[in-house]
Formats: sequence, C-alpha cells, structure tokens
Amino acid sequence: MTFEESLKELEDTVKKLENGETPLEEAMALFEKGVALTKNCRKMLDEAQLKVKLITEEGEEDFEQKGEEK
Amino acid sequence: MASAAERRIATVTQINNFIKVLFERTEVLGNIWVRGEISNLKLHSSGHIYMTLKDEGAILRAVMFKSAASRLLLRPENGMKVLARGRVGVFERDGQYQLYVEKIEEEGKGDLYRLFEELKKKLGEEGLFDEKHKKPIPPFPVKIGIVTSPTGAAVRDIINILRRRWPLVEARLYPALVQGPGASASVCRGIEYFNKNKNADVLIVGRGGGSIEDLWAFNEEQTVRAVYDSEIPVISAVGHETDFTLSDFAADLRAPTPSAAAELAVPDIKDIASFVESSMERAKSLLLSKTEMREKQLALLSERSSLAGFNRRIEGLMQLTDRASDDLLRAYSSLLEKRGALLSESAVRLDALSPLKVFERGYSISYKDGKALKSARDVKKGDEITLFLKDGRVKAEAVSIERCDIYDI
Repeated sequence: MTFEESLKELEDTVKKLENGETPLEEAMALFEKGVALTKNCRKMLDEAQLKVKLITEEGEEDFEQKGEEK
Repeated sequence: MASAAERRIATVTQINNFIKVLFERTEVLGNIWVRGEISNLKLHSSGHIYMTLKDEGAILRAVMFKSAASRLLLRPENGMKVLARGRVGVFERDGQYQLYVEKIEEEGKGDLYRLFEELKKKLGEEGLFDEKHKKPIPPFPVKIGIVTSPTGAAVRDIINILRRRWPLVEARLYPALVQGPGASASVCRGIEYFNKNKNADVLIVGRGGGSIEDLWAFNEEQTVRAVYDSEIPVISAVGHETDFTLSDFAADLRAPTPSAAAELAVPDIKDIASFVESSMERAKSLLLSKTEMREKQLALLSERSSLAGFNRRIEGLMQLTDRASDDLLRAYSSLLEKRGALLSESAVRLDALSPLKVFERGYSISYKDGKALKSARDVKKGDEITLFLKDGRVKAEAVSIERCDIYDI
C-alpha cells in the first residue's frame, strides 16, 4: 500500500468513527485498523530515504552531484 | 633603382600587426551587423564555431568563440541566411581578417522580444495557455521526473528540497541541455522520455536564472508544445521570480524558482506526520467516548431497567423451584422466554442505541457479588463471576487475569 492509500484509509477510518451510529463492536474494529494504518504511515515516514536516479543512454544510475551537500 | 638603404623592410609579423592595428582603429569594424549566408560551417569540439559568410559577390571568414556560441539561440546551418554581429579583426598568424561573431539572428526573424510576443500571441490563441487544460498536481507523488542540467544549481536545489520535505519519492533526472543550440530539443526529449516510460507522476522542467537568451530554450515553440502535450503534469521552474517564459504559461503549474518547484511538487513531511498523529488521537478519543457512553448505558440498564429486576426475580424464583433439575430447567426456560419478551418490549421503547442490542450481538455483562464488573482490577484469580448473555447466564471462575488497555496503544 502506498503512503497516500494508507493516509486516505486512516482518514476514512476516523471519519467512520466520527459517525455516532457506528456500533461499538465496529468502532473497536475501526480503531484497531486505525492503529495499524498509523503504524504503517509512521514507518514509511521514518524510513523514507530520497532516491535520485540519473537517466543515461544505458538506463539508470544513482545520481551523485559533485559538491552536493549530504 | 633604389639602394638597399632606401628599402623599407618589414617582417611579416610587423605587417600583419600593422594591418591589425589599422582594423582596430577603424571604428565601424568594431561593432557591425553583417548580412550573409552561412557556408563551410564547422562546429569544433572545443565549442568554437567556424564558418564563412557569403553573398553573391564575396565571402567573409567568421569565427564564433565558445563563450558566445553557448548563448546561441539557434542552431546554425549551412545555407542559413543570417545577420551576424561582431567585430572584424585580423588573425595575425594566418594573415587573415575575419568576423569575430558575438550574436547570430536568422534573417527575417527579428529580435527576441518581438519573437516572444508573437509566439505568445499565436500559442495563446491556439489555447495552449488556457486554464482548462491545466492538470492537477498529484498531492503525494511517488515518482518525480526532473528535466534540467545535471550540473547546475537548479538540480541541487531541487534535490535538497525533496530530501528535506518529502524523501518518500523516487526522483529521476533527465540530464538536459538548458541553453545554446539544441537545448530546446534536449528538453523536449526529456519530457517525452518520461511520458513514454511513464515513470513519473509529476515533472519539474526548468533551469536557473539567466538572460533572455539563456532562457530562450523555454520560449521555443517545440518546448512549449512539449510541455503542453505532456500527459504527466508539468511544473515549470525557469529562472528567477521575475523571469517568465512561454513554457511557464503552458505548464500545469508555474514555480517562481527551481526550489519553489520542488516545494510545490511534494507535501511537507512535518505537516503530514502531525496529521497522522492527530488522526490517531482523534480516533482514540472517539473510541473512548463511545465506550464510556456504552458503559453508562449499561450501568443505567443494570440499575434501573428491567434487567436488574428480572435478575432478582429469576434468582428468587429459582430458589423456589430449586427442587428437581427438571423443574428447574422448565422454570428457568419459561422465565427466560418471558424475560426475552419483556426485554424486546423495552428494546422497542429505548432508542436505536439501546444497550440491549449489545447483548444481541454477543456482548455480555459480568457481575461479581451482585455488582457489574467494570475493570479487570475488580477480579482476583479464583473469584466466581456471573456472565449474563442474551439468553441465559453463566457462572464462571476467574482462571487468570490479564490486563490490557486501549489507552496504551
């Protein structure tokens, strides 16, 4: 699941929880789902590392610019 | 016959130097436009361009050094009728005079500002700049295509911003020429590359600041059309805030600088992280308020509604009928029937959130010593507790107590 999908699902889950008609049982399940989605989002944010590829005649290679700040 | 003493002898170098000085002193040769047709064109690997300008009657050698050639907006070709501006000077070594070209315009094309306005009008009338053609920039791009020079400050700025703001993306750089002959074609190839390979969700196309000549590749018709034709949304990032190019008008979004383009292309990780956390907090508080509400309803029910009364009656009646197991079972089941009927009556009276529905769905309420249990803390190992289900009760012994807490999640 992409980050966008995870975030969208988290938003939808919270929206469903906001509905006062949702039975408790379902609310519990929604909450658990929300927890899992939050963990997933956090993990993706924490572990993200920008990848930069340079397009070449042969294909792609890692791009490192000279004098680039790390 | 002149004697040797009367002869004026000069070296070749002196003559050529003398001629050179003559040229230099002739003001009109210092800065002049020459009309002619390009022939014998040589694009040297050093970056210098050698050519001959000719007309019906004569030829003039010309050279354009790399520094000037790199600012060329057109690709010189043999047979091209041009206006070349420069100075006429002498190349002493070869005893040749030539035009040192600073600038070349294709004849009849006019100057750049006029060209800019003409093309803007033409493409504008065609609808290339219309708002209705602008595609939305995806809020969370996964892949970003960058079309710019791999050595400029622009790419460094873009990468730094992406790394700081949204490192979840994969960036691909198409190394393009961004000024000089062939720059427009190179930028077009970059845009086409990403559209063909479909390996970008959004494109950043641009370069750092410069003169109108430097930025010209982004005003050329083919570049503007490539930006317009791109199926992938394009953010243009040409020059500084005050520089406008026709590519900017055709792009789906114009960024004032390359850095700003990167900022417009991706969300800020700080905002998104705090949104995630606040969503979780919101979910927690919603669930807690819901469970608290249910607890109150259940408490209300067990104290005031028919359930508590029925429990007492059941217990009392059970004592009375506590003779034989058959009797007990009979009595119990009829009581349950009765209770069920009464409970469903009260269920009708209560609103849609009736806690009785909770029993219907498999929830139970547990009692110890006649009091409803609300916490695992109230139970010790070995305690006898009573569970009320929708159609009966179960006496149970607490085998083990494990505490867990939704507050801890």
